[in-house]
Amino acid sequence: MTELPTTTDRKMGLVIDLDTCVGCHACVISCKGWNTENYGAPLSDEDAYGADPSGTFLNRVHSFEVQPAATPAQPDPAAQLIHFPKSCLHCEDAPCVTVCPTGASYKRVEDGIVLVNESDCIGCGLCAWSCPYGARELDLAAGVMKKCTLCVDRIYNENLPEVDRVPSCVRTCPAGARHFGDLGDPNSEVSQLVAERGGMDLMPEMGTKPVNKYLPPRPKDQIEDQVDILAPLLAPVTEDAGGFLGWLDKALDKLPGQSSGGTA
Amino acid sequence: MHPAPSVILFTTLSGLGFGLLAFLGLGYPGVTGWVAFVFYAIAYGLAVGGLLASTFHLGRPERALKAFSQWKTSWLSREGICSVAALLVMALYATGAVFMDSHWRVLGIIGAALSLGTVFTTSMIYTQLKTIPRWNMSLTPLMFLSFSLAGGALLAGQESLAPWFLLIAGAVQLAYWVQGDKAFAASGTTMGTATGLGDRGTVRAFEPPHTGTNYLLREFVHVVGRKHAQKLRVISLTLGFVLPVLCLWLPTDSSMVKHLMAAVAVLSHLAGIAVSRWLFFAQAEHVVGLYYGKR
Ligand code: SF4
Ligand code: SF4
Ligand code: SF4
Repeated sequence: MTELPTTTDRKMGLVIDLDTCVGCHACVISCKGWNTENYGAPLSDEDAYGADPSGTFLNRVHSFEVQPAATPAQPDPAAQLIHFPKSCLHCEDAPCVTVCPTGASYKRVEDGIVLVNESDCIGCGLCAWSCPYGARELDLAAGVMKKCTLCVDRIYNENLPEVDRVPSCVRTCPAGARHFGDLGDPNSEVSQLVAERGGMDLMPEMGTKPVNKYLPPRPKDQIEDQVDILAPLLAPVTEDAGGFLGWLDKALDKLPGQSSGGTA
Repeated sequence: MHPAPSVILFTTLSGLGFGLLAFLGLGYPGVTGWVAFVFYAIAYGLAVGGLLASTFHLGRPERALKAFSQWKTSWLSREGICSVAALLVMALYATGAVFMDSHWRVLGIIGAALSLGTVFTTSMIYTQLKTIPRWNMSLTPLMFLSFSLAGGALLAGQESLAPWFLLIAGAVQLAYWVQGDKAFAASGTTMGTATGLGDRGTVRAFEPPHTGTNYLLREFVHVVGRKHAQKLRVISLTLGFVLPVLCLWLPTDSSMVKHLMAAVAVLSHLAGIAVSRWLFFAQAEHVVGLYYGKR
């Protein structure tokens, strides 16, 4: 049923650290791999080896540049490059669920995961229209809507070693920029992380109440006055040469013609 | 938004068809027999043809019946139910008019209400989307309804009513464009809020997540053709409303000319509405474009 549950027992979701993400796209690939080989229709590609390849992905990494405004203290602030992974945020007030005409889209009461029942989906695309974050993509081969499942087929999967019972993207991230846990429990590690680092919502004005949170990047390191560590070693040792060399320098300067260095 | 021909065709034709059904249900014109048959054939052709066209953009059209189940929350589901109910009730009413020479008044009124209800539910599918500020306005259902009534009056041959309905619809269209042009800015959604990075400075899309295109860009980011928007608006207003009104108001005694003018008015109106619908989609900017630095 596409009515949203009023509350969910837990709010499972991801916390994405924009400070540590290095933009390697490993989570993109591991997500595509896991979700092509497991739950639901595979994530297809079109024209994969042709001139205009495209395909279905549940997780994508954007890169943004932020240019801080100049201030008297910092007249020339450096721009910051921020890699920005984006997958379904498993919103509490998910518009994608309520617009669905078939009941294929639903939010689970037990853990808050938003899923698509692919055998009910007619591929009308309305849920993707209603998602502000671009988290849903219609698979052209299967004709049904695909979205992040929070790796529901891993996190409770007793056939996997315990260490692997987290989403594929979280398990793969080499920088540890993706964290998984219950955001409904204020004592969970992810909730603590959000509290500590000032985790934020994307597009709060849309009223979707995302479960996933983003940790803002830390301020960029300040460039000190002295950057060039070799510069001190290259400074001139003596200003004026004395003795024989000093006499020679002066004598040469007196000769007619252009002198190329020093001061006459 | 990508202006998909199937959806443009659907909203244009079915809007007109249900508008005509509404007038027929109210007894304008109160035709019977063969004349009624022709009127109903046209109305059903438009309404059903439009509905069929809309299934072409489904990924799995064979499961379309499932779409009737979620009327509690989904406007798309409500539209499906409302349209089928309108078609069934009006079919019964039409049977009376065509074969029994009788107009079952109450049934007709219910059918008319359901027909307009269908147009309203269609418009709400678009209006409900906060992600597309240009649609998320109360003028959107007003526009769909006024177009449907104007087109319906025109097709129903309501010579005295139609010009006024057309003028009202034209005015609503103008207001929709004026307010729509300001809607995205008024929504307050920017690259800053989309990324949560807005407080730190100016956000610029540095690199997209993929080198090629994808479903999101194809479906939601339609920039080509927008540069002709102003010209198309003029064309749409002229064809959709001005020309039909002039045709209807042309003083003439010959019934030949009168019929010809009525036909021109209908065709011109249809073309104008189709252009307006194309603009409705092509000019609608989805907030997801912000992640790509586009609109
Ligand atoms: S991010 Fe989009 S797809 Fe995911 S729950 Fe929110 S609205 Fe739905
Ligand atoms: S595409 Fe599928 S899941 Fe999405 S709204 Fe349509 S039927 Fe529901
Ligand atoms: S949780 Fe699973 S499905 Fe969702 S983005 Fe990560 S790997 Fe992909």
